[in-house]
Amino acid sequence: MSLRQHTSQDFEAELESVRQRIFEMGRHVDQVLESAGKALLAGDSELGERIIAGDEETDSMELEIDHLCLEILARRQPVAGDLRLLTSALKLVIDLERIGDLGVSIAGRVVELGREPPLIPYEDLMRMMLTAREMLTEAMAALKDQDVARARRVIDKDEVVDAYYSQIFNDVLSHMRESPENIFRATRVQAISKYIERIGDHVSNVAERVIFIVTGEDVRHFSRMSRSDFS
Amino acid sequence: MESPSSHSSPPSNTPLEPASAAVSLHPAASVPAQKGQPVRSPKVEIRDLCFFYGKYKALHDVNLDIHDRQITAFIGPSGCGKSTLLRTLNRIYELYPGQRASGKIMLGGRNLLERADDVNLLRAKVGMVFQKPTPFPMSVHDNISFGVQLYERLSHSDMEGRVQWALEKAALWEEVKDKLRQDGTALSGGQQQRLCIARAVAVKPDVLLLDEPASALDPISTQKIEQLITDLKKDYTIAIVTHNMQQAARVSDYTAFMYLGRLVEFGETKKLFMKPAQQQTEEYITGRFG
Repeated sequence: MSLRQHTSQDFEAELESVRQRIFEMGRHVDQVLESAGKALLAGDSELGERIIAGDEETDSMELEIDHLCLEILARRQPVAGDLRLLTSALKLVIDLERIGDLGVSIAGRVVELGREPPLIPYEDLMRMMLTAREMLTEAMAALKDQDVARARRVIDKDEVVDAYYSQIFNDVLSHMRESPENIFRATRVQAISKYIERIGDHVSNVAERVIFIVTGEDVRHFSRMSRSDFS
Repeated sequence: MESPSSHSSPPSNTPLEPASAAVSLHPAASVPAQKGQPVRSPKVEIRDLCFFYGKYKALHDVNLDIHDRQITAFIGPSGCGKSTLLRTLNRIYELYPGQRASGKIMLGGRNLLERADDVNLLRAKVGMVFQKPTPFPMSVHDNISFGVQLYERLSHSDMEGRVQWALEKAALWEEVKDKLRQDGTALSGGQQQRLCIARAVAVKPDVLLLDEPASALDPISTQKIEQLITDLKKDYTIAIVTHNMQQAARVSDYTAFMYLGRLVEFGETKKLFMKPAQQQTEEYITGRFG
């Protein structure tokens, strides 16, 4: 459903500003994840430190979108699609901020690992990260295009991330059983894979919010319960 | 103004015993409200309603149920037909030449549009409050008792009780109980409007029609009117026309969106303002219209 523009151009501009800032925040946290992946692969502690130091930018983006939404809610009393966008934006930025935090947490583990040789090849971890980042890009595109089918595919894709997590967890567990010397690296790698798995969950939340914005249908909980608990 | 106590007829506290007993608009059997359950039964059934200002057709085949003891809001841009529809519900349009309605408006098993019905009794059963407060140029007390006397013969004490009851219903009693003999037109705008609502309530109608009842009032008076409307829902079926969509969203249970004399969408207010089914409705309520 393609709606006409608001009669109030200011209102239209305010809503567009919310959308643009969400996209901007999405791109920013994606860059955090990309950098965290590079730091892990290169064992680059300095890059890891810079990622940690840059977390404030994500936080300030969240606050900015929050304030903008609250101001519009107070001044415009939006309804229907506008109301769904703004209330969803308030929740969606929490997920984006958490994704940023998880990128920072990955950087923290990279700093701890320092120049330690990889316990396991990082290819699967990188593929897992790439899948999570693709989900994020797709979720943002679904929001931009109001594309419900695309959002649903994002939710489905979280299964791939979960499968990577199970596989990496088992690999790491095997190494821990082999030798106590592996435990330091194994726990860091396991934590990183858990962070990426959580990133997948947060992106799924974003995709669920997109479905709600477009259709008014609240698919939270049900979409995952139907998939993991009832199948 | 003659005191209500000087009424020469025998006292009676039976509400709305019609002066002309030719018609009764009471429903043969009303559906009782269930505790804790929203009332969904239709009080008024509008079927294939068309309305004409001379040759101009202002309403096109409107079909709609107004639910018992619920608040139904009519929204839409100027000229969409929402006030016209409201005016058909008590046939007030008959005061103007060249205006006519066709179709059916069923209340209590009778078609209100049948000309044989007693239109004065109908207007007691379907009370109306207008945009601009219209108190009669008489005392606060007599503003209430005047209409009651047209339909009922009450003793002095019963009339006093009815006046107080109506003013309490309209959340006005505490503010005017010490100035009942003062001129109603000397009250504030918000008080005058509540006086008009008290006047409509005093004859114990089945349905209350409110045509932009708060549009001429300040925000505090508007809030009082909105609270009053919500309180009155317990006893009355209410239809309200409003240009203020937030007001429709705040007070109503059902909302009807009208455009160019047609009913575009009708449904539960919470659904219509969250996810309307029609694009035209969404464009109107979000301010993307015209």
